[in-house]
Amino acid sequence: MQLTGAQMVCECLVREGVSVLFGLPGGAILPFYQTLAEYPDLQHILVRHEQNAGHAADGYARASGKVGVVVATSGPGATNLVTPLATAMMDSVPIVALTGQVPRAAIGRDAFQETDTTGVTAPITKHNYLVMDTADIPRVMKEAFHIARTGRPGPVLVDLPRDVLTERAEFDYPDAINLRSYKPTLEGHAQQIKRAAKLVRDARRPLILAGHGVSISGAFAELQELAEKAQIPVITTLLGIGAFAGDHILSLGMPGMHGQAHNNWAIERSDLIIAVGMRFDDRVTGRLSAFAPNARIVHIDIDPAEVGKNVGVTVPIVGDARRVLHALTLEVEPATHADWLKEIDVLREEHPFVMPESERLLPQYVIREICEATDGRAIVVTGVGQHQMWTAQHYVFKEHNSWITSGGLGTMGFEVPAAMGAAFACPERTVWSIAGDGGFQMTFSELATIAEHRVPVKFAIINNNSLGLVRQLQDLFYDRNRVSVEYSGNPDFVKLAEAYGIWAVRVSDKADVRQAIDDASAVDGPAIIDFRVEREENVYPHVPAGGSVFEMIEGPPTPTAEDVPAWRP
Amino acid sequence: MAPVETHTITALVQDRPGVLARIAGMFSRRGFNISNLAVGHSETPGLSRMTFVVEGDDWVVEQVTKHLYKLIDVVQVYDISAESIVLRELALLKVRSNAENRPEIIQIVDIFRASIVDVTKDSLVIEVTGDEEKVDALIELLRPFGLREVMRTGRIAMSRGSGTTGGRKGTKASVDQSAPDAEVVP
Ligand SMILES: Cc1cc2nc3c(=O)[nH]c(=O)nc-3n(C[C@H](O)[C@H](O)[C@H](O)COP(=O)(O)OP(=O)(O)OC[C@H]3O[C@@H](n4cnc5c(N)ncnc54)[C@H](O)[C@@H]3O)c2cc1C
Ligand SMILES: Cc1ncc(C[n+]2csc(CCOP(=O)(O)OP(=O)(O)O)c2C)c(N)n1
Ligand SMILES: [Mg+2]
Repeated sequence: MQLTGAQMVCECLVREGVSVLFGLPGGAILPFYQTLAEYPDLQHILVRHEQNAGHAADGYARASGKVGVVVATSGPGATNLVTPLATAMMDSVPIVALTGQVPRAAIGRDAFQETDTTGVTAPITKHNYLVMDTADIPRVMKEAFHIARTGRPGPVLVDLPRDVLTERAEFDYPDAINLRSYKPTLEGHAQQIKRAAKLVRDARRPLILAGHGVSISGAFAELQELAEKAQIPVITTLLGIGAFAGDHILSLGMPGMHGQAHNNWAIERSDLIIAVGMRFDDRVTGRLSAFAPNARIVHIDIDPAEVGKNVGVTVPIVGDARRVLHALTLEVEPATHADWLKEIDVLREEHPFVMPESERLLPQYVIREICEATDGRAIVVTGVGQHQMWTAQHYVFKEHNSWITSGGLGTMGFEVPAAMGAAFACPERTVWSIAGDGGFQMTFSELATIAEHRVPVKFAIINNNSLGLVRQLQDLFYDRNRVSVEYSGNPDFVKLAEAYGIWAVRVSDKADVRQAIDDASAVDGPAIIDFRVEREENVYPHVPAGGSVFEMIEGPPTPTAEDVPAWRP
Repeated sequence: MAPVETHTITALVQDRPGVLARIAGMFSRRGFNISNLAVGHSETPGLSRMTFVVEGDDWVVEQVTKHLYKLIDVVQVYDISAESIVLRELALLKVRSNAENRPEIIQIVDIFRASIVDVTKDSLVIEVTGDEEKVDALIELLRPFGLREVMRTGRIAMSRGSGTTGGRKGTKASVDQSAPDAEVVP
């Protein structure tokens, strides 16, 4: 069958089961758009900015477990994808990006809207392709989806010169993938699993550190079985939240910089850490030389390059979390670890994680109320900053695949488009975007898209009129020298919502919080709540970057006179 | 100062546009130092063989190997430092010379079992093969005559005996060693 390149791309998308793509057209990619009209099964969501299309594909992928697809034109369209690709790369999110490119003969001549897209994106994609022959499209597309979703997932970009899209060639769709150089290891090494089981048997203070890889692998039941069989408490990284039910008796919470203090103390005392699907990020470990000084480490990860990268490992196990955990659970003996669990309870009493009490509107309170109103069962998307950390601490997730946040890159602005993408992926679920006033203003142009499609995302803007987390850094580590962190000219978010025809309400009183949340939930379509929260609130605990548990600041200093520092523009 | 530890790594890679850029980009992004790089076709059509000399300890080499493997175009990676191998480099050296000093230069060239591949009335081009130390030594001896140009291919390596290079052992087992602490973002 002879097809144009553009038709081939569409045929391949259909064969991959794609139903939604996010994008914005332009000259180089136009042949693809003109062809898209022939494929009613491919719903294209036209966005206001390609960065947002990329984050929307990311949110779509994280919520659905499927590959997200984003489309952009050459040059500026493609460079606008840099941030979302880097975000997805850091957090192992499967995305396929399709970009237009100038015609083959023009490549390398600084043609109009030419950028070396594969060059620019090489370090922020798992792999990328510049297609120079139309007949290659079926193979490349099939490989791109395969690489994006298998092994350690990640973004793959396919750059399509305009004339490759218009040219006709035989559409020869390959039955199988033949990548001799890419064969992820899924099955854990049996001997290593036995060694790990032996360590578990001998351990007195074992801990499981579960990460994002558990969710990616869908190893929820396997993780729970291991934890319960050997009675090992589970700590979840920021991206591991939701991999283990937050209300399970063995769930301890988050480790690291802003994790509940008892977790860092438990890690300090532990004699065995079973790390699974997590990569010992510096936000988790703090100073490496002081991290888990008493523990031997079993590291289960699908990416061999993660094993031994940051911390020394006693038993490395390369493989898929689900299979390895299953095999390990068969090998370990049932245990109770009663003394250790008691010891952790004491740690919890000594280092309590308290919800601050106040008559004023505290951000933590807002998040707890949203959690209650949604019974911990919403899909929750955040931006980056204080509101993100408070959500991680105070929203107790009862469902898997429900927590969507930019962890590794920490991309502000993620909260608007990623929430939109998640809502497209899971129309039957409630999606809350807990947004910073800073981040929201980076990407709120997508409210137009949200309004057009009546996407039922509920936004809770945690409005502290500031870049709160940076202000916190200045207060704690720069002698309260507040520079360039105040947003005194924020728009009236309620009026802004009105401009888009979106329901909105402002809340300044604690007493009105729950009503506003319920009202927003009842709206058939998008809704925005502008929560005017206490702006001097800090996230605790706070382990200084590169510090250890011994330097952890567990709470605010005992209150002194109201010597609130000045804000400098 | 202790001499820098180096390792010879060979990799079989898909012969595709951009593969060298990907590999070079990965090295620079991750802060790995390569003092030497040679690329050429391998015995298999479609595959190139690269030889790198990597500066660093076992931990660095393990990281380099694993990150090379992460690149989709990389098929096979071997650290062959511990194997019995033949190391060779080829260099072309252009030296100023005249009738007076030519015999002296020829004598040096003979001692190194190098050869003269071009002669003019005021220059010589010398071809030498050997390991880096030999090439370095020849260069130093010729420098006083006026070294006009030096071109070196970089190290290539092959294991001795009938087995294929790196065939005896692949990637080394994981070394139990932590990364050094690094300065991080506040
Ligand atoms: C402001 C801010 C503050 C932060 N503070 C903290 C903090 O206090 N605590 C904290 O924990 N984080 C914190 N983070 C997040 C942190 O930066 C990292 O993003 C996070 O710790 C990474 O979690 P992870 O290793 O579980 O997930 P990822 O980085 O996504 O890594 C996933 C790992 O799982 C592996 N994997 C993938 N698929 C599989 C599979 N099928 N089987 C097995 N393994 C698989 C991957 O190879 C990878 O190693 C913060 C981020 C921000 C922006
Ligand atoms: C794109 C981007 N720019 C800058 C930063 C650095 N940064 C981290 S948190 C933060 C403040 C975020 O402010 P806001 O969205 O209002 O959230 P808050 O901390 O106030 O809850 C900034 C500027 C970032 N993470 N991302
Ligand atoms: Mg803010």
